[in-house]
Amino acid sequence: MELRVRALESLLVEKGYVDPPALDVLIETYEKQVGPRNGAAVVARAWSDPAFMQALRDDATAAIASMGFTGRQGEHMVAVENTPDTHNMVVCTLCSCYPWPVLGLPPAWYKSPAYRSRAVIEPRSVLGEFGVTLSGETAIRVWDSTAEVRYLVVPRRPEGTEGMDEADLACLVTRDSMVGTGLALTPEEARARGLLA
Amino acid sequence: MSAPDDARGKLLQSPGIPLSDDGPVFAEPWEAKAFALAVTCHERGLFAWHDWAQALGGTIAARPDMPYYRQWLATLEGLLAEIGTVPEAERLDRVDAWDRAARATPHGEPIVLGRDLEPHD
Repeated sequence: MELRVRALESLLVEKGYVDPPALDVLIETYEKQVGPRNGAAVVARAWSDPAFMQALRDDATAAIASMGFTGRQGEHMVAVENTPDTHNMVVCTLCSCYPWPVLGLPPAWYKSPAYRSRAVIEPRSVLGEFGVTLSGETAIRVWDSTAEVRYLVVPRRPEGTEGMDEADLACLVTRDSMVGTGLALTPEEARARGLLA
Repeated sequence: MSAPDDARGKLLQSPGIPLSDDGPVFAEPWEAKAFALAVTCHERGLFAWHDWAQALGGTIAARPDMPYYRQWLATLEGLLAEIGTVPEAERLDRVDAWDRAARATPHGEPIVLGRDLEPHD
């Protein structure tokens, strides 16, 4: 594989399409800098600021860009909000489209054939396997990402977080909660994991 | 991961769901390079991201058991050949050249293309 990649890279460099230092910068960015903390900051602001929540509902791409997070592929972002009646969950049945600017690159399970097929067919049991049990009253909506539209789940704000500021709230927002395979942590859970002082 | 250990165990047993996922984004350096090459080619206008997603989806559907970044690389090779940027024959020649260079390189030295063509002492 190493040689195949080297071969392709060297040809693309010679043809003038690829600049090796720029490749390294791009890799560094996705490995180290872009990650679910961006999405967590978006969710924490939405919880704290009703005007930002409304902006996110109206035009998530613009609202997220206003925090400095923009996509490289010109993808359109849609925020889907969990409520007592509806839990949202995201999958890409075709390949692995994922909201890179806010969540970084997808975890292995998101790309697996089993998740891609089962999330649509039996979302409730998949959620159960992730440790999420919803009441029978709560409907589950599964959103299928595409190259053009990527979804960010806004999880429900946990109870007992009324006095918390945005920075602390962001510590409760896990990657899985923004894909819909988890819930936001309670402050107690976040403290137990060392995520919150 | 927010799943408790028993649920994680259950998922790990389901076929194909790799839940031991919180390692590095890329398992090996070539995966990162393949990823970056595709993103860069798109940004240089060689293909629309929609076409990339369609092609990757096609590879995944055709070869579901292949590891993800192998599917990714195969898709990139196929797409660049299809649009004529890097024809298949040219690419295979280059893979061969790298392979010969790698074999001609002593351990611990950087591999340089054409190394096998250099005169030996």
